[in-house]
Amino acid sequence: MNRYISCLLTLLLASCDGGLWNNPYPAADAGKSILYTAFTERPKHLDPAQAYSENEYEFLAQIYAPPLQYHYLKRPYQLIPLAAAQMPAVRYLDMHNRALPDDAPAEKIAYSVYEIRIKQGMRYQPHPAFSRDAQGKPEYDHLAPRDLRDIHALGDFAHTGTRTVTAADYAYQIKRLANPQLHQPIFGVMSEYIVGLKDYAAVLQQALKSNPDAFLDLNAYPLPGVQVVDEQTYRITIHGKYPQFAYWLAMPFFAPLPQEAERFYAQAGMHERNLTLDWWPVGSGPYYLSENDPNLRMVLSRNPNYDSEHYPAEGEPGDAQAGLLADAGKLLPLIDRVVFSLEKETIPYWNKFLQGYYDASGISSDSFDQAVQVNVGGEAALTDSMRAQGISLSTSVATSTMYTGFNWLDLVVGGNSDRARKLRQAIAIAVDFEEFVSIFANGRGIAAQSPIPPGIFGYREGEAGINRYVYDWVNGAPQRKSIEQARRLLAEAGYPDGVDEQTRQPLVINLDTTASGVGSKARLDWLRKQFDKINVQLVVRSTDYNRFQDKIRKGDTQMFYFGWNADYPDPENFFFLLHGAQAKVGKGGENAANYGNPEYDRLFGQMKNMDNNPARQVIIDRMQEILRRDSPWLWGYHPKNYVLQHGWLHNVKANVMANNKLKYWRVDAGQRDASRREWNQPVRWPLWLGAAALLLFGGWMWRVLRQREEAR
Amino acid sequence: MIAYLIRRILYAVPILIGVNLLTFALFFVVNTPDDMARMQLGIKRVTPEAIENWKQQRGYDKPLLLNRAASGADMVTDTIFWQKSAGMFVLDFGYSDDGRSISREIATRMGPSLAIALPTFLIGLVVYVSFALLMTLFRATALDIAGVALCVVLMSVSGLFYIIGGQFLVSKLWHLVPISSYAAGMDSIRFVVLPILIGVVGSVGASSRWYRTIFLEEIGKDYVRTARAKGLSELTVLFRHVLKNAMIPILTGVVVVIPLLFMGSLLTESFFGIPGLGSYTIDAINAQDFSVVRAMVFLGSLLYIVGLILTDISYTVVDPRVRLQ
Repeated sequence: MNRYISCLLTLLLASCDGGLWNNPYPAADAGKSILYTAFTERPKHLDPAQAYSENEYEFLAQIYAPPLQYHYLKRPYQLIPLAAAQMPAVRYLDMHNRALPDDAPAEKIAYSVYEIRIKQGMRYQPHPAFSRDAQGKPEYDHLAPRDLRDIHALGDFAHTGTRTVTAADYAYQIKRLANPQLHQPIFGVMSEYIVGLKDYAAVLQQALKSNPDAFLDLNAYPLPGVQVVDEQTYRITIHGKYPQFAYWLAMPFFAPLPQEAERFYAQAGMHERNLTLDWWPVGSGPYYLSENDPNLRMVLSRNPNYDSEHYPAEGEPGDAQAGLLADAGKLLPLIDRVVFSLEKETIPYWNKFLQGYYDASGISSDSFDQAVQVNVGGEAALTDSMRAQGISLSTSVATSTMYTGFNWLDLVVGGNSDRARKLRQAIAIAVDFEEFVSIFANGRGIAAQSPIPPGIFGYREGEAGINRYVYDWVNGAPQRKSIEQARRLLAEAGYPDGVDEQTRQPLVINLDTTASGVGSKARLDWLRKQFDKINVQLVVRSTDYNRFQDKIRKGDTQMFYFGWNADYPDPENFFFLLHGAQAKVGKGGENAANYGNPEYDRLFGQMKNMDNNPARQVIIDRMQEILRRDSPWLWGYHPKNYVLQHGWLHNVKANVMANNKLKYWRVDAGQRDASRREWNQPVRWPLWLGAAALLLFGGWMWRVLRQREEAR
Repeated sequence: MIAYLIRRILYAVPILIGVNLLTFALFFVVNTPDDMARMQLGIKRVTPEAIENWKQQRGYDKPLLLNRAASGADMVTDTIFWQKSAGMFVLDFGYSDDGRSISREIATRMGPSLAIALPTFLIGLVVYVSFALLMTLFRATALDIAGVALCVVLMSVSGLFYIIGGQFLVSKLWHLVPISSYAAGMDSIRFVVLPILIGVVGSVGASSRWYRTIFLEEIGKDYVRTARAKGLSELTVLFRHVLKNAMIPILTGVVVVIPLLFMGSLLTESFFGIPGLGSYTIDAINAQDFSVVRAMVFLGSLLYIVGLILTDISYTVVDPRVRLQ
């Protein structure tokens, strides 16, 4: 037995590389410029034409370099060039292609032409698709199945190469947005704007049908709305005026894609090996995906060919004092490697963060009290134990909104009648979202006054920004109106004390939700209690995801939970969720409440094409007033992000719009190693105790058995 | 025996077809191809054209079981059921609905699952049988009572508690092994020690009690009395005679699970960050990925059938009286 224990211990010790026993990373990586972080869900897509989720952008934004990006430090959020040499020049044309002045009214503008000039000398990441043989021909463009026999990952190819990024690569990626072989989430919206994109998709569909097995050469078909002017310049022509188009240019949808990469992956045998563009991206950004095992870890390595960007030299007031400008002017990225480990469960994630094996972490509800205490003034502060570890906290309000919608088509809660409006207003007062945030989100959120979250143009602070149908301004803060007022509104709506005057039946309202089970019970019970305050019965209809979506599409609901995460920081991206033309029923849009108000729709049409100026603010104020009065949603809350980071991680500033943040971060690997050593020294006595207990028990057993045998 | 095995293998074919049909029916009662498309495409900005396109690309635009628009064999073969099922009988699992090769995924994830499951199984078997024999040896003594009580206590504790408690003690407080993660080769040892330990401890109660019952039943039989009368030591009686004769019920429960070890463990792998197969099926059900669900159910059924056949064969090994005909 002793021998086996010794062997096991020897093996265990041998496998520890001489480092800390609980270090999940190779000891050889100590002291290196590596960021350790985690992901909780494997990304579905890594193809820039298909990816649209936050967890996909976490990777793609580091790998691809679209023309524009958000300034990392400045607020409000501001677009700046990334791959573009300068901000795109926009020209407006009338329907006869005649130039219009910049201040031409939106209705006169038939086309907007975005001319984008990209930086010179940008190069792609090392990739076998670019590798050339001695004659200068592509090395891996005619692979036979036997050539792929020993190839299981991209790193198994012996050679890689690179090439300069051209304007044609950007044009090619825009064409991919219409490729019928892919699912492009923004094809619907882009085909309304980019000239000829819809017809182009039809042409490609036809070409694919006539020759389904051939490589679909997108460059063989012209797309009128995209023109390559020269090596560095291309133009995108869109219908009408659409200022928000610039925001789309900051997303990976508009990053460059080399056609040879698509040809490379289209070869026989590649797909069977998961060698696809959706699995192994080919970008020109600061990092490239060097290891892709989404069941365990994904590793981004510095793109050795990325040398076109430096750390910003200016930011907001206070950034310099916070040390955020200490690296100004340095070549990006500042970290050589980023290791993302899959952590499906929050407990191991949190414990590894506390041990120093992750550099930053969010805070789950389980760990909130351990990490954060809320002081008398309601402000969140770190606990003493966190501060003792040198951990700091940064918070930011997400550009998201979590709301509860009323179905505008419903005969009881929907519609523009005074009766229904007052009923909705009464419910809006009764459902106390401040309490909800406090109980169920550990205070991580702010009750919403309208669909617009803070940080988005149109949001108003203070008294001017409150929803006067639900709140009063008392002692410098919004105060929810009393339940008596809600009851009065309910009575005016024809439901005195929660009873329908006409039918003499209690008012029953149904809420459709996918939430079910023990985890959601507390929330749903809380919601029922809110309705109980005004004697309205809430019936929760829990349903599976498919049925829920089906009900929403058909308008077969009264109330429902929903949420929205902004694509870009513009009020249009929130207000369109309530635009009549976007109604879910009949139009298949994003207006799940099917809200319709002609005045609101008219103002939306005016507001959406305007630049951010006082005139736009006036229209937004008017729109918010209409929404607050009509109350088609319970405005819910805007979640607040809490991020903890260790003292060795520098240049971290909350930025809810920019996904390409990692290139600005810097780690002090020496400090990290020292802290890890201090916090993770193995405690050996349990091993010796266990071994001793086993020996004693074994010895005792042996003696007892001997005695029994002798006694026989 | 060869004829018996061939017969059992042939029996497996209709069973697998039945399982496949049942999986297909259950899946499509709950999900429609439209639902699947919406789940894959997300909820933002999904158009009806995108849904149709998705279905067409993955073959979900065909009729489910019978294509009335087709003629001849195409009526059966040009359907979702046939297209998605036929290949599996030659172990061609095709691609998941998000475009990844299922066979490659299974091959990649099987290793880490086995790295946990196989040692847990083997060490567990030795520990449970030894502990049960120990209790049998000391039957009706304080040690036996304490052992049974310990088993009941261990059985009553949730598996999740062992995992979280084990991680807290061994990894967080004592810093002896990493909390989670995995590495290939010899370096995997430090990542799998704790999950194996927890896997063994977590099942010690139920398994040891079960084996103890089997051994107690055997120990009262005549051949045991005869062995004792011959003067054999108690240890020899237990290990050479009782254990051997108790092998049939032990093998019935043990051999059948050996092939299923490939399938991994959902909870253990999730908490310890093991990139195994444990969560593959559950994730696929949540993602409404029929291609993966039907492949994993098929593989599970196949392995179970293999396990049953192996069990039958193992009977002939431990008991020469058993003949497979």
